Amino acid sequence: MIDTILSSMTDGLMLGFVYGLAAMGLTLIWGVMNVINLAHGPIIALGMFGVYLTFTQLGLNPYIALILLAVIGLLLGILIYLIAVHRVINAPHLSTLLATFSVNMIIIGVGTSLLSTTPRNIDFPLGRIDLGPVTILYTRFAAAGAALLITGLLYLFLYRTRQGKYIRAVANNRTAAELMGIPSMRILALSFGIGTMLAMVSGGLIATFFPFTILSGGGYELKSFLICVLGGLGNPIGALLGGLILGTLEGLIPMFMPTTWVPVLEFVLFVLILLIRPQGLLGGET
Amino acid sequence: MRALRNPGLWLALLLTAAMGVWPFITKSATTREVIFTILLFVSLASSLNIFLGYTGYVSFGHIVWYGIGGYVGFYLMDVYQTPLYLCVLAGGLASGIIAFLLGKAILRLRGAYFALATIGVNEAARAFINNFDPFGGPIGMTLNFSIYKSYGGAARALWITYSSLLGITLLVILVSFLVKNSKFGLGLTAIRENEDAAEVMGVVAPDAKNWAYVLSAIFPGMVAVLFFFKNGTILPHDAFRLHLSIEMIVMVMLGGQGTVLGPIIGAAGYQRLRGLLLVTPFFKNIQLAVAGAFLLVIILFVPAGVVGWLRDRFPQLRRVLE
Repeated sequence: MIDTILSSMTDGLMLGFVYGLAAMGLTLIWGVMNVINLAHGPIIALGMFGVYLTFTQLGLNPYIALILLAVIGLLLGILIYLIAVHRVINAPHLSTLLATFSVNMIIIGVGTSLLSTTPRNIDFPLGRIDLGPVTILYTRFAAAGAALLITGLLYLFLYRTRQGKYIRAVANNRTAAELMGIPSMRILALSFGIGTMLAMVSGGLIATFFPFTILSGGGYELKSFLICVLGGLGNPIGALLGGLILGTLEGLIPMFMPTTWVPVLEFVLFVLILLIRPQGLLGGET
Repeated sequence: MRALRNPGLWLALLLTAAMGVWPFITKSATTREVIFTILLFVSLASSLNIFLGYTGYVSFGHIVWYGIGGYVGFYLMDVYQTPLYLCVLAGGLASGIIAFLLGKAILRLRGAYFALATIGVNEAARAFINNFDPFGGPIGMTLNFSIYKSYGGAARALWITYSSLLGITLLVILVSFLVKNSKFGLGLTAIRENEDAAEVMGVVAPDAKNWAYVLSAIFPGMVAVLFFFKNGTILPHDAFRLHLSIEMIVMVMLGGQGTVLGPIIGAAGYQRLRGLLLVTPFFKNIQLAVAGAFLLVIILFVPAGVVGWLRDRFPQLRRVLE
């Protein structure tokens, strides 16, 4: 019993890092511009397909493809911001929610017709390591490592570079930042780009160990919301922590009840957190 | 009854009624099916508008009320052979009660947080029904064909369903109008504009929002029973079609949120547009993308929708376009 608990917990924990990374993209966009990005899920799915296509068509190593994907993600995010979000950035939530949702529909619509909804998977095993009762797949280990590395880089960027400091300033108070001569539109577009980039990279990482379709993003989007709320909306470290908690829970829940109940439980947890502690476990901007 | 003298109400009702009686005149089953779908969406969009349009809260899970009402009504009909009108009432009641309880919990959340919470509602409800054995789990339920005999045969049952749907649709429009022109509706509009200010002015925001939520949930539950009675079977993925929630929002936004006439025009227009897209081979596959692009254009350039735009542009029309 202890053995199974331990091994599903490690499995979940590894996954949690990747979930955390996905949620970080969402939480960053929320923190900087108060926009809930409902196109998050399809972007994760695009990341999955990015790795899949480069791997099957070009034979590129998935982990190298991630770098390419990051650049595409950044540009795509900036494009989405400029087309769909910028015009409504100061409008009520209804507008930004629906604007990002329409981006979601466009990606899903074009994606289903081009890529169909047949499940795909990437056959790129890296082997595994046995530590007593616990078996760790190297793909998961690599994904967790990559997620940690990217988090570290994100923090370096936010705290050590001028652009990063601008982002934090705009998140704090956009009007004041503008008065200080910070080009707020450029910074908002950049933040949206980074958020999208994180989502795409996490999608690429997930694709290395789970099968997926263009619609799989939705489930991860829901998880990302839950994680953001767990860690406090607008708080990247909180997102990582929330991801770890959710990953562990997901590892443990199927031991006690059928897996099909997981979405119900996740939703209940989601609503409970929103009601009891809307500022999240670590606090954040509410 | 000052409200009854408002030309805006009569315009909305007559427009729908004129569309609705068309199949009775032509006696054609094809026309009836086309109008049935349009009326279904008119009632769904109008009911969503009572909540989304008047309070400004986005609900991404409106189809849940359709699913729950449909399931409860269908269950009663299948297992206890309850007459149709009672099933319809029960479906509406079930959706209303669940909306009341859920609203009590999640309507304490404001704005974007509420919208987030509703995203999960649909998935959670479908997962629940999938695992709930009395309702047939993933394989759903199928009506015994003999049930249509008590309604005078299948052909007559279809006409009965159709007339009932027309009746409910007109009722939704009437309720939508009465809400908009009541003190309750004024409170909802105040919440939409500024919830804090509304509360200071004495609007009990959580209660008002919750009753609007319940009102908007009852009607999808009722029309769903009619739809599935006509359909003969009910399946989880038929009852909880997530993209329908979104399409409803598109319809409301297209016609004009917060207006009585808007959802009617939006639903009919969107349905017509989708019909055209579906028969064009190129658009058939990317239907969703076209709807998305359409929604984006509305949000970015005409956020008030068709009716809102007309009201802005031609102030003299404000008396007639409610």
